[in-house]
Amino acid sequence: MPGVPVREEPLVRWDWIGRNWPAIQALLADHAVMALVPVAVGLLVALPVGLAGARWRGLYQPTVGVVNVVYSLPSLAVFIVLIPVTGLATRMTVMVPLAFYALAVLIPAVVDGLASVPGHVRQSAVAMGFTPLRRLLRVELPIAVPVVLAGLRVATVSSVSLVSVGALVGRGGLGYLFIDGWQRQFPTPIVVGIALVVLLAAVADTLLVLAQRLLTPWARARGTA
Amino acid sequence: MNWLAEFFGDAANWSGPDGIPVRLLEHLEFSAISLLLAALVAVPLGLGIGHTGRGALPVLLSANAARALPTLGLLVLIVLLMGVGTDVPVLIPLVALAVPPILVNTYEGIRGVDPDLRDAAYGMGLRGRQVLGRVLVPVALPLILLGLRVAAIQVVSTATVAAYVGLGGLGRFIVDGLATKDFPRTLGGAVLVALLALAVQLVFTLVQRLVVSPGVSGSRAVR
Repeated sequence: MPGVPVREEPLVRWDWIGRNWPAIQALLADHAVMALVPVAVGLLVALPVGLAGARWRGLYQPTVGVVNVVYSLPSLAVFIVLIPVTGLATRMTVMVPLAFYALAVLIPAVVDGLASVPGHVRQSAVAMGFTPLRRLLRVELPIAVPVVLAGLRVATVSSVSLVSVGALVGRGGLGYLFIDGWQRQFPTPIVVGIALVVLLAAVADTLLVLAQRLLTPWARARGTA
Repeated sequence: MNWLAEFFGDAANWSGPDGIPVRLLEHLEFSAISLLLAALVAVPLGLGIGHTGRGALPVLLSANAARALPTLGLLVLIVLLMGVGTDVPVLIPLVALAVPPILVNTYEGIRGVDPDLRDAAYGMGLRGRQVLGRVLVPVALPLILLGLRVAAIQVVSTATVAAYVGLGGLGRFIVDGLATKDFPRTLGGAVLVALLALAVQLVFTLVQRLVVSPGVSGSRAVR
């Protein structure tokens, strides 16, 4: 263990935050876009793929294999492999891999969500004369919402946290503050960066929980939220 | 592909203290130590709160909140505050990252065991600890191993980022390559890390096949 370092430098210099607030705000906005757009794109792609997977189970097994492989690839490694295609320090270099990570979480979530629809509910819908499309939109997808949203929450929080690794390839939103603080041996930007990343993740997560309440009113009515 | 040939074809990259074998061993060593320490904390804790149900909520809430922590930020902050003299400051965030997935999955695994099964074990005269060790743990093993696998992959990936603050391992190729604008070196490092992550995934899949009781693996885990 190294000795306790003698450091007059406080953990946070509040005046630094005040002076650099516009720049911090810009990084926060950049971070939010780079973290959330890939998740939204991932959801748009995962819905049809997940529907297909739930319908044709034989197709789904190989998909799970591919998805597991994608998910285990280290983010920094994928950013770097993409540099020749998308360019150094561009948003795309960070956003493309994040969209694939989101897909890797969301496809199983959609399939599991649809699998959570009880058979008798599906049969009742058929008996009531629902066409397959209407049954999907009015019965199956609403019942799948809690499972899909659980996946969406995991994807969102990890996406927000992963963007900062992009700072090592020149575009990491708030992650820039980590590099800046390290290079100048100055803790304030690092603390600010960590706090804002956690805050952004918490806000996004809270919004998703609220969305789930709005989309599943029956859960509250039954008192089993 | 020419870049990869340039990096992997260079004999100098295969020997010496900067060679691929040495860096690979360093990477495995850091990752294994971190995973082991995390498992020593998280598995007993997860078994405890899962079995007794006591203190589950605060532990799970903090474990989930910890997942939002940005690795890179945590790493640079801890190393900046504690100094780079030893490897201990680097191990702390790696362990901190590995704990939540192991903890949450162990807890969920124990909680998810069919209550009838638990009651049957008590009915057969097993005591609390025996129920945990002989019934709950074997049944929950697939989820516990899933937690360990997720944690292992995260640690292997994050140990790469740790090269930025001076740790050895495969991340050195990436960080040094970026710093010296030697793209083949960076790309070669990235490919090595990705291959290592895939190997870890494969090893855990094999371990799961070997240690999970066939009676358990036949049925899907209850969620």
